[in-house]
Amino acid sequence: MALTDEKVKTAESNPTVSINFEVNGVRHALVIEPRETLLEVLRNRLGLMGTKLSCDVQVCGVCTVLLDGMPVSACTVLAYEARGREVLTIEGLAQGEELHPIQEAFIEGRGFQCGFCTPGMILATKALLAENPDPSIDDIKGYMKGNLCRCTGYRTILDSIQIASRRLRQERP
Amino acid sequence: MQPFEIHDVPSVQDASNLLSEYGDNARLYAGGTELLLVMKSGILHYDHLINIKTVPGLNAIQYGEADHELKIGALTTHRQLERSEVVQRWLPLLAQVEREIANVRVRNVGTIGGNMCFAEPHSDPATLFLALGAQFKLASATMERTLSVDEFLVDAYEPALQPDELLTEIRVPLPGASTHGGYQRFQFHERPTVSVAVLLTLDDAHEGIKEVIVTVGCVNSKPFRATEAEALLGGKSVEEAQIASDKAGKAAAEMADPSDDLNGSSAYKKQLVAILVQRAFLQAYTRFD
Repeated sequence: MALTDEKVKTAESNPTVSINFEVNGVRHALVIEPRETLLEVLRNRLGLMGTKLSCDVQVCGVCTVLLDGMPVSACTVLAYEARGREVLTIEGLAQGEELHPIQEAFIEGRGFQCGFCTPGMILATKALLAENPDPSIDDIKGYMKGNLCRCTGYRTILDSIQIASRRLRQERP
Repeated sequence: MQPFEIHDVPSVQDASNLLSEYGDNARLYAGGTELLLVMKSGILHYDHLINIKTVPGLNAIQYGEADHELKIGALTTHRQLERSEVVQRWLPLLAQVEREIANVRVRNVGTIGGNMCFAEPHSDPATLFLALGAQFKLASATMERTLSVDEFLVDAYEPALQPDELLTEIRVPLPGASTHGGYQRFQFHERPTVSVAVLLTLDDAHEGIKEVIVTVGCVNSKPFRATEAEALLGGKSVEEAQIASDKAGKAAAEMADPSDDLNGSSAYKKQLVAILVQRAFLQAYTRFD
């Protein structure tokens, strides 16, 4: 699972497959090996380093990306599954220099310290608020229980998500 | 991961034929939430993954009026079950159980059929399906058959599937109006440590117990009916049964044979079984008006 350069090279004898998919609104046509995870393709082939590898077993939520709007663990989803679909990573949220309201809310609520879990936290929050614009604290805890943070103690993350919820509802009443 | 090939198949028959052709060198691939973990860790390797998500019609949830049952396609994801209006209307207990499984990312991808076929002993839905008397429909290129949960789950990680066979559908008979269920779980890690389901049927006056089913999961190699606990509760008045639920919990714990592991010691897990049986019984009872 190590993200070595070796994995990017496709030995001629290994099976390959062509996929078309969209990442952060940009279309890509790639020849990949079926064994490549979405995380490996995002980082090693597309250079999108915002998606981090941590537990590698779908427990921690650090590698969360949205596949057709749905949070998935990029560490354990094959890139093959993204064919014909849309992937959103943390790099796709800001519009140029302008941060997404959820990113601003995490700054205002001090919802991060080291920042390693933050891309996953913010993307999971985006999916939560798309599904449930005004979640209760229990709704937030239930949805976010699979995103772990070892710094904040979670209080400021809960605050940030509530701030984000208010902002997005004000924007789209 | 070692290199492998993926085969998208259009039908159950094609999947079955490929399983026959490649034998031990192939595996069915649906959500991949279990399979890819063991392949990434190098525990298992297959040269061919047979992607059955391309088979149409295997991810539907339907209410079958004729037999008053839920028909759940094997490729239905946990998230579908959690959010399905059909499930919420006809079997809210299943939606309750599904909502607690792993995390939202796993539930978005993982399928109910994959969960059953992996036959991991720490499965929430398996414990509930056993209590509900669910039936598993299996199919291959040449035959179809139906097994009970107990028949399907042979042992830990060992489903009763022939080499060329697929699980296609889970049929869940729906409890009647005088039956309510309870479900309790306790969890340290990403899988439950102990899970208990209770189905309680009361008489018309809601004073006496007509039938009670107690199932316990995660502690043995597969979920089991705690018949000793059922015997202590069945036929009693509701008041007597509430007093007897302490003994029933302990009787269920005696039937459990848990091992010491990261989830706790054997004695600790038995204590959890005893308590959770009591709580699940009470939860089922409080769901009566």
